[in-house]
Amino acid sequence: MSKNVIVAGLTVFVIVALFPFWFNIGNTNAAPEAELSAKAKAAKKCVLDKYDMRANHMSLLDDWRDTVVRDSKRVYKAANGKTFGMSLSTGEDSCMGCHVDKEKFCDKCHNYVSVAPSCWECHTDPKEVTQ
Amino acid sequence: MNQKYMLPLAGVFLLFLLAYAGVEGVGLQWLFGIVIPYLAVIAFIYGFVNRVMCWAGSAVPFRIPTTCGQQKSFPWIKQNRIDNPDTAIGVFIRMLFEIFLFRSLFRNTKAAFNRDENNKLTYSWEIFLWLGALAFHYGFLVVTLRHLRFFLEPVPASLAFLEYLDGIVQIGLPGVFVSGIVLLAAALFLLARRIFDAKVSYISLAADYFPLFLIIGIAATGIAMRYFTKVDITGVKEFTMGLVTFHPVIPPGVGGLFYAHVLMVSVLFAYFPMSKLMHAGGIFLSPTRNMANNTRAKRHINPWNYAVDVHTYEQYEDHFREKMIEAGLPVDKEE
Ligand code: HEC
Ligand code: HEC
Ligand code: HEC
Ligand code: HEM
Repeated sequence: MSKNVIVAGLTVFVIVALFPFWFNIGNTNAAPEAELSAKAKAAKKCVLDKYDMRANHMSLLDDWRDTVVRDSKRVYKAANGKTFGMSLSTGEDSCMGCHVDKEKFCDKCHNYVSVAPSCWECHTDPKEVTQ
Repeated sequence: MNQKYMLPLAGVFLLFLLAYAGVEGVGLQWLFGIVIPYLAVIAFIYGFVNRVMCWAGSAVPFRIPTTCGQQKSFPWIKQNRIDNPDTAIGVFIRMLFEIFLFRSLFRNTKAAFNRDENNKLTYSWEIFLWLGALAFHYGFLVVTLRHLRFFLEPVPASLAFLEYLDGIVQIGLPGVFVSGIVLLAAALFLLARRIFDAKVSYISLAADYFPLFLIIGIAATGIAMRYFTKVDITGVKEFTMGLVTFHPVIPPGVGGLFYAHVLMVSVLFAYFPMSKLMHAGGIFLSPTRNMANNTRAKRHINPWNYAVDVHTYEQYEDHFREKMIEAGLPVDKEE
């Protein structure tokens, strides 16, 4: 192959390999802050510790879902002594009961890391219903 | 026991332990998370370019395409335009098939003696290497593309679509990504082939096992993080965005397993240009693939040809004309 073609190919390679660097010029490393609702702030504690919640809330929800649907148990006794309703969005002590604003809380993180939980195809965000 | 795979295996374990212990025990997050990844990016790009420029400098004196079909000939003989291309377009299509479908590997055959009294040599079609290789490379590609979600902000919609397709089985939470499982399974299959197939085992070196173990290690730690031990992905994205915006940060609470994943990835990329993994760049430069078979239509002059002093017939006749006439030999010019 002629040298020009090779150099052109290599240029493309370098540009593509550095894609994340030039795509993000002017960006910052800061993640958007998920805003705690006044209600959550008053409650002070989530179901698990903060880091566990951040890393593990999907597995917790999976657990809850199976427990509710298969064993029909709806109350969860957390390690921190509080009890929660094992529900995504029903009741004051469910996820959405405390984190009332989905857009300012769940979605903030999820948009940032590009996850789109399919839950909302069936479950409702209580805020949407009252509106 | 075979030191050809025990050594690379031990090496990969050591890398894992180094990062894990370094982070959990000594708190060297900045080393494994910031210094080494940057060095790896530099080594990868510099090494890759250097390697290809080195190849570009080597001479290709002859047209040596390998052909697998009818060459261009008389108009009433049907040419195989892709397997025996004589135009740039044919070559381009042939390269596309080669790069995206591993077409020549598809034709892989196996030679063996019949296990009976005839002891006849027979060739059979061997498709499993092709299947394994294709699964492995596409798994790797999709996983790598999906990882871009950690490195881009905002995440492009095309990536979200890829994630949607990859997660379409919707098993469990977080949902299973098929590509990660395929990558691990295919890499394990390729490893098993090297270990258990006596003929392949015989020709396998440490340099064949090392990248396999490394990739298996990367996939295993990644899968462990996603489905079992869990990490704070939001924190991880802050970390990766820090790297690509040159404002590196160490996320709190992210543990040794993540840094083991990153160290193995860094080693893989730094090792890439000096290893057989460079076939990724090499495929484009294969003279047996990237040349048109047009030697009968076009004259190709070997660039190594030096000017040869030839003695033409005219010069010969000038030299011996009188003697030739004397001997009665025919000459072109009389005097
Ligand atoms: C009783 C109110 C309450 C309920 C119910 C609740 N949370 Fe929380 N959640 C909180 C509070 C308070 C915090 C902040 C904890 C802290 O800072 O230590 C929090 C933090 C979090 C965080 C971490 C946010 C961050 O910015 O780091 C996530 C994720 C989360 N919750 C998800 C959930 C999910 C999913 C559910 C349902 C399974 C749920 N929460 C149920 C009150 C609640
Ligand atoms: C196909 C529709 C559908 C989808 C999608 C879906 N669910 Fe459900 N989910 C249900 C139904 C139906 C129930 C049963 C409701 C009941 O018995 O109270 C349920 C129950 C639950 C429960 C326990 C009961 C409650 O009030 O919440 C949890 C927790 C739950 N789902 C979580 C999830 C999560 C998390 C997702 C997204 C990953 C999800 N679901 C997606 C249909 C769905
Ligand atoms: C601190 C940021 C953060 C907050 C706040 C948060 N999430 Fe998440 N969530 C994540 C991350 C990150 C993932 C993806 C993890 C991964 O890809 O492994 C995720 C994944 C999920 C998933 C699994 C999606 C899938 O298809 O795999 C569900 C369900 C979910 N979150 C529900 C919620 C709900 C409900 C809330 C609000 C109460 C919430 N999350 C708030 C960060 C957050
Ligand atoms: C510096 C670069 C990398 C970083 C920061 C990184 C980080 C991560 C993180 C945080 C996860 C967990 C994902 C989740 O929970 O959703 C993960 C998973 C995974 N990683 Fe990496 N990774 C990198 C490079 C790679 C590379 C090059 C490969 C090899 C192809 C790879 C293979 C995997 C696999 C197979 C998984 C399992 C989950 C999945 O299928 O996405 N990683 N990685």
